[in-house]
Amino acid sequence: MASTTASTRVAIVDLPARAPTDWASAAMQRRIARRYSAERNFRWLGMGALLLAAAFLVFLLFTIVRDGWTGFISTEVKLEVFYDPAVLKLDPAALAAAADPAARRALLRQAEFPELMLQTAEQLGPYDTVVSEGAWVDLRDRLEANPGLLGNRETIAVPVRSQIDLLAKGKYDLAEPALTRGVSDRDVAVWRALEGRGLLTTGFNRIFLSTADSTVPELAGVWGAALGSLLTLIVTISFAFPVGVLAAIWLEEFAPKNRWTDIIEVSINNLAAVPSIIFGLLGLAVFLNIFGMPRSAPLVGGLTLALMTLPVVVISARVAVKAVPPSIREAALGVGASPIQVVFQHVLPLALPGILTGTIIGIARALGETAPLLLIGMRAFVVDTPQGFTAPATVLPVQVFLWSDDVARGFVEKTSAAILVLMVILVLMNSFAIYFRNRFERRW
Amino acid sequence: MSYPANADQSAPKMTARGVNVFYGTKQAIKNVSLDVRTDEVTAFIGPSGCGKSTFLRCFNRMNDTVDSARVEGAIKLDETDIYAPSMDVVQLRARVGMVFQKPNPFPKSIYENIAYGPRIHGLASGKTEMDAIVEGSLRRAGLWDEVKDRLSESGTAMSGGQQQRLCIARAIAVDPEVILMDEPCSALDPIATARIEELIDDLRGRYAIIIVTHNMQQAARVSQKTAFFHLGSMVEYGDTSMIFTNPSEGRTKDYITGRYG
Repeated sequence: MASTTASTRVAIVDLPARAPTDWASAAMQRRIARRYSAERNFRWLGMGALLLAAAFLVFLLFTIVRDGWTGFISTEVKLEVFYDPAVLKLDPAALAAAADPAARRALLRQAEFPELMLQTAEQLGPYDTVVSEGAWVDLRDRLEANPGLLGNRETIAVPVRSQIDLLAKGKYDLAEPALTRGVSDRDVAVWRALEGRGLLTTGFNRIFLSTADSTVPELAGVWGAALGSLLTLIVTISFAFPVGVLAAIWLEEFAPKNRWTDIIEVSINNLAAVPSIIFGLLGLAVFLNIFGMPRSAPLVGGLTLALMTLPVVVISARVAVKAVPPSIREAALGVGASPIQVVFQHVLPLALPGILTGTIIGIARALGETAPLLLIGMRAFVVDTPQGFTAPATVLPVQVFLWSDDVARGFVEKTSAAILVLMVILVLMNSFAIYFRNRFERRW
Repeated sequence: MSYPANADQSAPKMTARGVNVFYGTKQAIKNVSLDVRTDEVTAFIGPSGCGKSTFLRCFNRMNDTVDSARVEGAIKLDETDIYAPSMDVVQLRARVGMVFQKPNPFPKSIYENIAYGPRIHGLASGKTEMDAIVEGSLRRAGLWDEVKDRLSESGTAMSGGQQQRLCIARAIAVDPEVILMDEPCSALDPIATARIEELIDDLRGRYAIIIVTHNMQQAARVSQKTAFFHLGSMVEYGDTSMIFTNPSEGRTKDYITGRYG
């Protein structure tokens, strides 16, 4: 500083006399050895921790894949169907006259397909309980796609009951006594007989990836839940991202630093740590009870999850905005950019990769969230794929939760298979986001 | 853009009268008055923390971005009070450009770095005009021959000295009347520093230039007027030749002879 003028001199202090340091002494060598062993041990500990974590992950993935991969295949039985107008109580002339697909569909809805299925299944002899109780829908779909089949015969494969399906996949230990193995002697005999006649085929499960929930495992699918998750996430992202980013920008770039903004800041940080089920209660109280929004709808689920994700987005966006060097702001201000231009043309583009990283974390958490959605009714049993943002729907993690709760043995593999679908979607979403983040990344 | 006062070289371009700057309750600048002319380079020298950068930032109201900063007194650009409520800060900063201590090009292409200012102020109507502005600014900053073949490359990929000249070209591109330079060479090596100093000399007469510097030889080389600051006060202000050969104040003499600072 200016006050320390040339007249100030550093006083030289005499150090007390002492013997020269012996760097090769035994004590010194021991100290060095201890230091090296401490470093070695630390490295082993770190590697051990990593290996343990990796082992847990591998074990988790292994068990899920082991239990779940059979969910993607299914067993079907070959049947010869005669689309008998008499059994269906369907007038061929009326069907031929219905040129309009909607009219044709309405006509087919009234036809007696369950009865046709029952009669068709009789060809399996005493084993007429083999066919899934919902298999008649297949017959209706075939006829709807091709009305010319009415009055004709064709051989098709229809899904079998879950017990037979599981037997065909070898899910039961047949050496166990009948009481504990979970499947009756009769079902085992049926399966053996059909297998012997070569009527059973095992292949890709087209139902699982294309339908929604069902009471019977062989007809249950994840598509409805996946679509519900997608709709919910669209609502979550389109609410949480813009609101979160704008809030972060205002707090970071424009807000005065006073008691009120301090309170807001502390509140946002605390909100990020609130248990998610509380947000479910909030959604129930506000969206359903005050605003009267529809129950079980992706709109409400998405808004609830957006409230939960918002603090994470705000916090990460603030960090990213703060990390943009002030020199960039000064440069832009220096050539006469207005504050808004500085933010949107310089700060935001540079902060975007960081903002996206935080948003990915928030959205990934929202995708895997179950608890708050249970409270706003998204655990409802929904057999149709959701038709829109206000239609009843469920989401993948809730579907997993519902299936894991089901007593039917066939849902065990469905549960694991749904977890696999959820994880694949998560990985896809994250890779997509990381790709975008890297594309926007700029160095300065 | 041309302003009537540009023609009159004798009248000061900017005047500061009785300027006080406070950061909260702490006074950083105490009652400073001086004139800045277009045909001269004015240097601010003084030890660290003496307030010379703070004072420089009053001339384009960059202190507005600091919440606790408060400026009193009058600073005029061509007889217009720049702290008057009617003054548009965005326009002021286009007319009073600034070059910072650390080269701070935008992480965009060289072309975009130059074109950004003219674009936001609507100074070019079309690609041809913009190209002309970019070329002219880079030429004036002595950078054109080095970068004309790589205008689309990132401005941050250049050397430090080139980056700083790019920042000068960026300031020139909006056709300012005054250029403020805040220790523009402190992050540069001696060769790059020499090039910037030549450039400052070339720009004199076209723009009023104020340069803050720690390097007294630099002040002696590039400036015609020097102001010496100490503890927030302007101790001495006068012709550079006088300040460096025959200062009237003891503190000035102590500083320029290296007794403190």
